[in-house]
Amino acid sequence: MSVLKPEINSQDHIQGDDSASIAIVEFGDYQCPYCGDAYPIMKEIEETFGHQIRFVFRHFPLTNAHEFAFPAAIAAEAAALQGKFWEMHDALYENQYRLDGELFDELAETIGLDLEQFQKDSASEEIKRKIEDDFDSGVRSGVNGTPSFYVNGTKFDGGATDLYQMLKESTE
Amino acid sequence: MLEKGATAPDFELNATPDQKIKLKDFKGKNVILAFYPADWSQVCSDQMALYNEMLKYFSKYDAQIFGVSVDSVWCHLAFEENRKLHFPLLADFEPKGAVSKAYGVYDDEVGESKRALFVIDKEGKIAWSYLSPVAVNPGADGILDALEELSKK
Repeated sequence: MSVLKPEINSQDHIQGDDSASIAIVEFGDYQCPYCGDAYPIMKEIEETFGHQIRFVFRHFPLTNAHEFAFPAAIAAEAAALQGKFWEMHDALYENQYRLDGELFDELAETIGLDLEQFQKDSASEEIKRKIEDDFDSGVRSGVNGTPSFYVNGTKFDGGATDLYQMLKESTE
Repeated sequence: MLEKGATAPDFELNATPDQKIKLKDFKGKNVILAFYPADWSQVCSDQMALYNEMLKYFSKYDAQIFGVSVDSVWCHLAFEENRKLHFPLLADFEPKGAVSKAYGVYDDEVGESKRALFVIDKEGKIAWSYLSPVAVNPGADGILDALEELSKK
């Protein structure tokens, strides 16, 4: 059974209560269509199970297959430096159908980022390293495709819909 | 299926129409063999797409990866080009599945290789092997653990 390595930590982007009993980690790629399909289901999971859920997103860009996956991850991390990781995360998935190199600045403006700072941060080595660290964590944790989910530190064998189903049954 | 400690059977398989890969030419390097059923599975869950992202990890451990399936060289070429794969796929095509059989990972019923991984050390001995359910992409953590182990020797 594959285990999440490293555990959820201060480097992570986390939504939800620290006290939540269920921690879900998704390894995703902003250009992956299956991750795009999982996005609204994750939202639904967060809404349905509310404070029981803590949600973490780690990057797992398949850069050869998806040319905008890595730049999109950079955009999310650059937004994070202005405290708006999740706003950019949501905007990227909501606009996945028109993802291209021009989109990032537009989304940055839409969510109210300082554009100049965003562009400067997007070129930073530190951000690149953060994304590579996420990828590394995925590889070590046995990620075999995107999206891959971990529930309380253990790899979940299924997609977002299966996850929803499992949570529903286990919280009933 | 061949297990740890066995000598990896030598082979000579085409990577392209005019390039043959011989295992014995890779003595002194670690070799990863990833047998898989067929080209063209869905990209986000594709094992080869994952390994493609990991080539710098493998080179860090002085390891060369080869994908192996019974698809022909032409099929492999089209697949590599479509998925922008940067490592060789070997065609276990004629006689069909001979190398997969030598490693004990050929599925006679469907006529494809099983989904199996081998890490071969610099002396040509199998250091680690793993058979995955056909429908499950085994990821790469097992390969990395095996390479890590070899690097400690």
